[in-house]
Amino acid sequence: MTFVSQFMKQARVMAGDLRHRHIIRAALGNYEVARDQRTAAFQDWQAARQLAAETKWEAVNHLDKYLEEFVAKIEARGTKVHWASTAAQAREIILKIVRDKKAKCVIKSKAMTSEEIHLNDALEHAGLNVVESDLGELIVQLRHEAPYHIVFPSMHLTRDEISELFQRELGSAPTNDPEELTMIARRTLRKKYLTADIGITGANFAIAETGMISITENEGNARLTAALPKTMISLIGIEKILPKLEDLALFLPMLATMGTGQALTCYNTMYGGPRQPGESDGPEEWHVVLLDNHRTELLADAEQRDALSCIRCGACLNVCPIFRNVGGHTYGTTYSGPIGSVITPHLRGLQDWKHLSNASSLCGACTETCPVKIDLHHHLLQNRRNAANEKPVFKEQIGFKSFVQVANHPKLWSFAKKFARLTQPLQKLVKGRRLDPAYHWTHTRDLPDVAPETFKDWWGKRK
Amino acid sequence: MTITLFIPCFVDALFPRAGISMVEILERLGHRFVCPEKIVCCGQPPFNSGYWNEARAIATKVLEQLQSAEVIVIGSGSCGAMLKNFYPELFKDTPQLELAKQISSRTWEFSEFLVKKLGVTDLGAKFPHKVTFHDGCHGLRELGIKKSPRELLGKVSGLELVEMAEVETCCGFGGTFAAKFPMISTAMGDVKCANATETGADYIVSNDSSCLMHLQGLLSRQGNKLKTIHLAEVLNEQ
Repeated sequence: MTFVSQFMKQARVMAGDLRHRHIIRAALGNYEVARDQRTAAFQDWQAARQLAAETKWEAVNHLDKYLEEFVAKIEARGTKVHWASTAAQAREIILKIVRDKKAKCVIKSKAMTSEEIHLNDALEHAGLNVVESDLGELIVQLRHEAPYHIVFPSMHLTRDEISELFQRELGSAPTNDPEELTMIARRTLRKKYLTADIGITGANFAIAETGMISITENEGNARLTAALPKTMISLIGIEKILPKLEDLALFLPMLATMGTGQALTCYNTMYGGPRQPGESDGPEEWHVVLLDNHRTELLADAEQRDALSCIRCGACLNVCPIFRNVGGHTYGTTYSGPIGSVITPHLRGLQDWKHLSNASSLCGACTETCPVKIDLHHHLLQNRRNAANEKPVFKEQIGFKSFVQVANHPKLWSFAKKFARLTQPLQKLVKGRRLDPAYHWTHTRDLPDVAPETFKDWWGKRK
Repeated sequence: MTITLFIPCFVDALFPRAGISMVEILERLGHRFVCPEKIVCCGQPPFNSGYWNEARAIATKVLEQLQSAEVIVIGSGSCGAMLKNFYPELFKDTPQLELAKQISSRTWEFSEFLVKKLGVTDLGAKFPHKVTFHDGCHGLRELGIKKSPRELLGKVSGLELVEMAEVETCCGFGGTFAAKFPMISTAMGDVKCANATETGADYIVSNDSSCLMHLQGLLSRQGNKLKTIHLAEVLNEQ
């Protein structure tokens, strides 16, 4: 099945799934209230967005310089840096480290980059036991599912569903108390931190000035993942760069505000390197894997380069009426929602993924909310244009070429209206059925008739 | 000042009452205006679908027709956004860019034109109904129109305006999107109709007939008594 037919099939099911619609609206309703309270707490939220956009724009436009600065600083404290051009290279680098360490168990904190390169599959295939330590990620891992949302991986599940899952997979007692569910996960995970040979993390920001990475979380699991195993690996997209340490003063509250509606998340940690001489804890070895995986191709696109400014807050998913109605899994991509629809064609091929750019009403809610002001919905338009230029769809092209003739010849337009008026009664006989030429409209909606007297008729008479 | 009234293709064919209302309102305000008969469409359908060459072929004709127009008034936020925001984008790196920019600066969406350009809010209209206003996304986010239609409705005698929940959420029309992804479009429309119904309003009013075509289509099919009406028609009720 092609990606587009998979999408259409899944979207049809999900769009009619009222239970799903209710769960997502309820979850995001709470988020919206919290988010709005937090943005209102900024002295000037719009000015903050502008500053964030400019800061990321500077970082993205001088990525070469800032990456070198980041690497030089982080290597100076004993970190080993690896550059991965492709997903396959990144997997190879990580597998080699894992093999060299003769590791058996890997514990991970949340990292979308690891989803992007399908790291868990590769590690499990190599015989390793992989455990996700973020609660939401653990839940979807136990369900053998991809994360539903880049910030809330299991937001599509109810407490009862999670309880049933824990009973089945972890042998716990039934409960729908969120605290008790968290404790069940914690009891399982604590043992894993102690036995894991390797901890794998992502990063929210990589600071060029100081050669540090910043990780934002609410559960403390990333701290344990980074601190307890002897070896730590951080898989980081090259666009995660921020020029200066002080930039975090804006980006940490901004990410928390838009991500979860918090002033700050519970834990924000800076990692500067492996355990230094005289220090009592931290990993003995730290590897940073810098992942390109087609990001430099997006960088080369002057029109859409700002998409690399994304801080993966998920705010555009939360406001997107398409996302809210079809759900995260329907996209079939690592990054879903508007940002996913914009970047996936760049990361995985325009023709295979252009349907995501078409599946938008171009309402612009994403662009309006984006904290780093990515011109998301206009990028969807550009993807449509690029796809049609590169490989026009025959039926569409013929359709629009005919449309040009009608639009540019008022007599043809007049004829088209008369023709429609005459054939309407026939169309009504098959209304809403497959035979209806307007089936895609009339299956769920009535279609208005062409007026007995159109505006142009009226205007013509009046003159 | 001579106003050039741009009547969008679907208003011409399907919702002439909206266009006629605009004419009658401008006439009552004592303005001179023309209505170019050679203009059919702004070219948005091919533009939004990525077929920019085809869109340019249509838009080029529109530019020709409008080149000497002093002020262009357009009865749709969506077509207004096409002329104001997307024509300069469409004609980037072409000799027509300058003209496209000029036309962009002379174009007004109907409600904005009344309130911001003419400074008129009270048109002496009477409409004794409870209504809720739906912002078309292009008008709202591309053109930043939010207050003008509400100011106009605020002056209509007997009219009660009730805002619906999630008022700024898209109704799911989205042009060709509605036919390419009917299941998603319908789901979005259902949410919008439910929010509008909850207000207890008799009418959904909007400055975009295209959104209303989608919403009315859903409401009629579902036997919902809620009706849709273009803002200009409400303002023309005497």
